[in-house]
Amino acid sequence: MKEQLEKIQLAASGEISDCQSLADLELLRVKYLGKKGEITAILKQMGGLSNEERPVIGALANSVREAIEAALAEKRAELSAKELSARLLAEEIDVTVPAKPVSIGHRHPISTVLDEAVDIFLGMGFSVAEGPEIEYSVYDFDKLNIPWGHTVREWSDTFYTEEDESIHLRCQTSPVQVRYMEKHEPPIRIISPGRVYRKDEVDATHSPMFHQIEGLVVDKGITLADLKGTLAAVMKKLYGEHTLTRFRPHHFPFTEPSCEVDVQCFVCGGSGCRVCKGEGWIELLGSGVVHPKVLAGAGIDPDVYSGFAFGMGLERMTMLRFGIEDMRLLYENDMRFLSQF
Amino acid sequence: MKLSNKWLNEYVKISALPKEFADRMTMSGSKVEDFIDQSAQMKNVVAGRVTKIERHPDSDHMWVTEIDVGEDEPITIVTGAQNVSLGDTVPVARHKSLLPTGQKIEKGKLRGIKSEGMLCSLSELCLDTHDYPECIEDGIMILAGANQSSVTGEEILPGADIREALGLDDVITDFEITNNRPDCLSVIGLAREAAVTFGAQLNVPTPEITSADTADAIQNHLKITVKDAALCPRYTAKMIKDIKIAPSPVWLRRFLRASGVRPINNIVDITNLVMLEYGQPMHAFDYKCLTGGEIVVRSAAPGETITTLDGNVREITPDMLVIADSARPVGLAGVMGGENSEITEDTKYAVFESALFDGVSIRRAASALGMRTDASSRFEKGLDIENTLPAVERACELVELLGAGTVLGGTIDVRTQAQTVREIAFEPERINALLGTDIPAEFMRTTLTALGFLFDGDSVRIPSWRGDVEHYSDLAEEAARFYGYDKITPRLYLGREASGGLNSRQSAERRVSSCLRAAGYSEVYTYSFIGTEDYDKIDMPKDEPLRDSVTILNPLGAERAVMRTTPLPSMLEILENNKNAGNPEARLFELARVYRKNSNIENQPAEETKILTLGSYGDTDFYDVKGAIEAVLAEFGISGAEYAAQRGFPSFHPGRCADIIIGGKKSGIIGQTHPSVAGRYGLDDCFLAELSFDALIENSLSVKTYSPLPKFPAVARDLAIVAQHSVTAAQLRQCILENGGEFIVSAELFDVYEGANIGEGKKSAAFSLIFRADNRTLTDGEVDAAIEKILKTLTEKLGAHIRA
Repeated sequence: MKEQLEKIQLAASGEISDCQSLADLELLRVKYLGKKGEITAILKQMGGLSNEERPVIGALANSVREAIEAALAEKRAELSAKELSARLLAEEIDVTVPAKPVSIGHRHPISTVLDEAVDIFLGMGFSVAEGPEIEYSVYDFDKLNIPWGHTVREWSDTFYTEEDESIHLRCQTSPVQVRYMEKHEPPIRIISPGRVYRKDEVDATHSPMFHQIEGLVVDKGITLADLKGTLAAVMKKLYGEHTLTRFRPHHFPFTEPSCEVDVQCFVCGGSGCRVCKGEGWIELLGSGVVHPKVLAGAGIDPDVYSGFAFGMGLERMTMLRFGIEDMRLLYENDMRFLSQF
Repeated sequence: MKLSNKWLNEYVKISALPKEFADRMTMSGSKVEDFIDQSAQMKNVVAGRVTKIERHPDSDHMWVTEIDVGEDEPITIVTGAQNVSLGDTVPVARHKSLLPTGQKIEKGKLRGIKSEGMLCSLSELCLDTHDYPECIEDGIMILAGANQSSVTGEEILPGADIREALGLDDVITDFEITNNRPDCLSVIGLAREAAVTFGAQLNVPTPEITSADTADAIQNHLKITVKDAALCPRYTAKMIKDIKIAPSPVWLRRFLRASGVRPINNIVDITNLVMLEYGQPMHAFDYKCLTGGEIVVRSAAPGETITTLDGNVREITPDMLVIADSARPVGLAGVMGGENSEITEDTKYAVFESALFDGVSIRRAASALGMRTDASSRFEKGLDIENTLPAVERACELVELLGAGTVLGGTIDVRTQAQTVREIAFEPERINALLGTDIPAEFMRTTLTALGFLFDGDSVRIPSWRGDVEHYSDLAEEAARFYGYDKITPRLYLGREASGGLNSRQSAERRVSSCLRAAGYSEVYTYSFIGTEDYDKIDMPKDEPLRDSVTILNPLGAERAVMRTTPLPSMLEILENNKNAGNPEARLFELARVYRKNSNIENQPAEETKILTLGSYGDTDFYDVKGAIEAVLAEFGISGAEYAAQRGFPSFHPGRCADIIIGGKKSGIIGQTHPSVAGRYGLDDCFLAELSFDALIENSLSVKTYSPLPKFPAVARDLAIVAQHSVTAAQLRQCILENGGEFIVSAELFDVYEGANIGEGKKSAAFSLIFRADNRTLTDGEVDAAIEKILKTLTEKLGAHIRA
């Protein structure tokens, strides 16, 4: 019996070692260790053994079974690994085949630039103020120090909805600032993005409706130096840490002193190119110290408070940012255009 | 405003190079748009004398010339021009030369004979006969005939650089002058700015008339009446006689040309020169054409017309100011003179007008007549009332200088507005406080004085030409721009702390956008205005209140004449654009305002509400759009929106449209566009949805809370139900949920089938039901009982039964 067991172990070891598939291996397990297997058959004969032989053979049978089990396990691991690598090899795909399309919509480029600018101002403690687009002329003109007879009040420039010129489509988002000042005590720190309207025919650089972001800061001791510091910081955040900013005297009715803000051309770095029309600078903002008349008109004492205001055109910023040459593209909303953003 | 550097230097010596000049003027507030350095535009063009001229042997029209260009040997040039004679001095573009037209000249051969350059015509030097009346357009420019004096009056030797000989070595700087500074629309105004910018001395001589005929005074000839004092605060006139009309001298023609004005004759040129120099528009009338020897400044009479100097007949209206004689208008005040009183060759007596007219009135007249002129564009900004007299005296001084005539004694100066002296306090500390600077008071004083401000103790008198200055903040700007905006140290102070941020509505807009983009919809921007015909186009009923829109009284066209009350036409138009562009599909959204008349909102003229609009065509259907709406609602925690079939909205397919009902309130609409409407936009099947942004905000769950995950498994059962076609999915689902007992969690429709094997007029709806208890695993028996009750009720209430 002992010999039989040793023979079985030898045969099993050989067959397991030669086995080539998991299926065959299972057959071997059944052959040797199954209910009707060879080891079991041996064990069944143990009844005929003497009391001295029985534990010896029993121990031997167990060790043979364990040895076979160990060999099976080792072989199984080896074959599994082999089969897995074969499968992986068979499953290889062409990774250059185009992707399954995931249809995600696109943000309009104006919104991209708007949100970016708004986020910068939010980070500087600004809030967003909104107001009506169909506006009383009092808010859009009178209280902004734009006197009767000023050219922007002409019917050739502004869309009127009342014959007596009392209501029109706002030409700027500045009336929002006046409304805000009337309702809030300083400190005031707001931006007012929104649609504005001017009577310009549609062409590559004009649109009768466009978007502005204007801003207003009012508090005690606000100066032109604060305007410079704030807007230079914003321009750096918008166009990069090394952006140079230039403040140039200009004229706006609602600010005094006034300035236009240029940034050094981010395309050519100031050497002059098509984008900056050879000037090396790109005009981006109008700004200035809020005119005392405007503060007083909105119920803020100009002897106590001062402030600065600024405004920029979103379409222009968007076109510069993405190199869009024709403003009409922004309002045609062609999917071939939108899907680029 | 174009400024000649040579002219500028008559008043202030500036030695800066063109680029530096432009940069510094820009930074002190006179923005330079562009500058042209004429010297850089012409190279290697010299004067040459024709020393030999003979026919080209192989041509019947060309000539072979030998030209002395001031060198040892003459050069040979072949020309096709017929006006060149022996001894003429002509401009010669030599080998490797550049002309101001951009043309480059090199030597070559013409019919076998070498030509070492080109003889130039006026146009090749960018000149014309207004610059040199003695020359011809169609031929070579003859600088001087043999043994004759030159066109410039100065000797031009062979080899002389043409740029210097003809004064084409100027620098022309083009300024963008802001509306508040009409004083800078003049050489003297810019010279003043330049003087302060560069710390140079401004020198403006007072005009002097030395040989006026004091015995013959203007008052003996002319009477002036200003009838409309408000529109004409001042009218100043002087007269000249014994006029000899001739071309102006070369220097004057060059100054005009550099400023973009065409020289005409000495008298007209003088008026233009004075306008450019002093910023005061002037006009000259032929005295003999003034009926009654009279000038009347009045409003136009109804039905009057005038033929202006440009030869056009103008119909003028009573809101326009005219210069008339006793019988008829002879000029449009501040805009253009009349042809009937024009200076001509036989003008002997002339009247110089130097007046101030109301800016708004002039601008409106010029705009109404479509003739904005150099004069009107100056008047419209509001000119200096004190400038009329010096300007007319300067004109007379020039008449004497040019020998163009004799100045009559006296001046007529009708002034309807008194002289006003404006003074403000000089407060350097306040100025520094406003600027955030430490500019010395002395610097401010020096600067303001140089700008023409007069100090009287602590107050400062504002010069008459600075109508824009009225407040200490204006003085602050003067101080700052010459101190240098760039020298002000930036500061990031911003005042007391303020906590900013988006409010919930503003952040909701961003959430809507990102949610829809995730759902495959792209954002569009459309115009707020539409045309009333757009309401017809979407079949809006004639009596629909939404047709009552805010109307733009002066629109850019009928298609942009009203503020939209519905976003549908805008969206359809964009879908149409995309279809026309050949895009196979589009899924779009816009979150923007619509506008209603008669707002209930305090202090606001119209009601403006935000609407979310969706539009799509291509591989999409009703349920696709509904899915996008549901996604937005889910983002805002809104559950239980209902969709009620809407058969009466004419823009939509009557069988494929629903009102969106949130919290029991109609909050939007969704559906397939009615085929007739879609057809008008060139579209086939397309889908639209509108959702009130207010409804979204009002119903949104402000705080989302967490529910614990279930601890026990759910039991899932599918149920296919056959019902009449008219029974809706919503009815079936509601019935299932109401009768599913305490353990039913959800019932989701996953398939609808209609076909022959179901029966005519019937449909099969398959639901997936989920049952679950919180504290144990449900038994099959419990679920079976619930299903049984559901089926029983479905049959009783909706006539539906389980699909066999």
